[in-house]
Amino acid sequence: MAVVPGQTAITLKLNGEARQFDVAPWTTLLDALRETLDLTGTKKGCDHGQCGACTVLVDGRRIVSCLTLAVMNDGAAVTTIEGLANDGALHPLQQAFIDHDAFQCGYCTPGQLCSALGLMYEGRAKTADDIRELMSGNLCRCGAYPNILAAIQAAMEMAARPPR
Amino acid sequence: MNAFTYTRARDLGAALREIAGNETAKFIAGGTNLIDLMKENVERPTRLIDITHLPLREIEPAADGGVRLGALVTNTDVAYHPEIERRYPLLSQAILAGASPQLRNMASVGGNLMQRTRCAYFYDTATPCNKRAPGTGCSALTGFNRYHAILGASEHCIAVHPSDMCVALAALDAVVRVTGPAGDRSIALTDFHRLPGDRPDLDTNKRADELITAVELPAEGFREHYAYVKVRDRASYAFALVSVAAAVRLDGDSVAEARLALGGVAHKPWRDREVEASLRGQRPSRAAFERLAETLLRGVQGFGDNSFKVALAKRAVVRALTVAAGHTREAAA
Repeated sequence: MAVVPGQTAITLKLNGEARQFDVAPWTTLLDALRETLDLTGTKKGCDHGQCGACTVLVDGRRIVSCLTLAVMNDGAAVTTIEGLANDGALHPLQQAFIDHDAFQCGYCTPGQLCSALGLMYEGRAKTADDIRELMSGNLCRCGAYPNILAAIQAAMEMAARPPR
Repeated sequence: MNAFTYTRARDLGAALREIAGNETAKFIAGGTNLIDLMKENVERPTRLIDITHLPLREIEPAADGGVRLGALVTNTDVAYHPEIERRYPLLSQAILAGASPQLRNMASVGGNLMQRTRCAYFYDTATPCNKRAPGTGCSALTGFNRYHAILGASEHCIAVHPSDMCVALAALDAVVRVTGPAGDRSIALTDFHRLPGDRPDLDTNKRADELITAVELPAEGFREHYAYVKVRDRASYAFALVSVAAAVRLDGDSVAEARLALGGVAHKPWRDREVEASLRGQRPSRAAFERLAETLLRGVQGFGDNSFKVALAKRAVVRALTVAAGHTREAAA
């Protein structure tokens, strides 16, 4: 990759794989993922931290990638929607979204999934109302909320069950 | 967004040296407000000093039995910290009433204090705004001002401070620790933010070359009797129209101490210690709370779209005090 003046080389542990690349200081993590690394699963909705479409996990925590600079995440572990499936097998959350018809147009779905995964890691949501409140950072203009809620509940129940 | 240079500060000294004498440099931590403002060309720093690697991420015991929150602790980590949940539930509740989980995972304690108003005219570079461009006028005075101040405003600016966390910190009498070229100093949270007066471009009394290192909570956390009431246009993930942090200490069946801070109504979290003191010795009652609310908001006027906030603030005050004085830990919506 050509080195442009003012660019910095950074490394991300991206979906488990080390990736080194050059970014300008003003490149957001979202733009770096989409434009530099061609990982277009992460969506640009509002670009102002209000819609949640760009949600990814950084060091296991859900954040909006539009409001952080790529350069500030040098050395961090980043999980995007492309990192959820394992060897072609869908993540249980992804399967639950299909099973519960938890989307229409699908544009907010990568953000919903990464946010739901972050919510499950946090372990704070116990009730349906908790999930609604703690998913409020992800808007769905198709209004698939009831099915998104059902999908997340199903995935949480599955995760809580002891493995057979 | 404009072009800028970026540096990651290795230690406090390096951060302070970087900012000294550079009026167009800015510190960046969570970035959730600054990057947004940079995208809108409201903020145009020429240099960003990344302070996220400074050792300011601890929540630890402070002198006099209080708790010290490092400036870089995320809003999430404060709200869910066992000591904060146990001793300062008012603070946890206020933080969790603000923003979204993603933003709370990013936003820092110091950044929450330093966030700027969400006034639409402040964000819109095509309109006059004394806060963004001093001397150009205030578009909100005669414009869309549903979200604006009813207390402490001036003819130059009627913007409000948007934080929930700071409203609870004001009620708790928190103290802000800053460091700068002249050394360390402490600023009471209630003195940290300014009223607009004729300098609405200045949000706080922190100097530009100073860095927030911590926020300290006094030992008294009002864990038994507290409430954070937030009234907003939707049930979650919205800024307050009016919010009230109430904390009460009872002696038998009368009030020994009452604290009340309002958000969404002024350029800073609003406290009136004289009005609070008037509750001392009284039995908690709806009548007493209504009298207090009337006194607190006596002579207050709205600017048209936001005039409804006067009645709303009175009711929110009564509700918050009622919940706080009760023995329940009711989560006030």
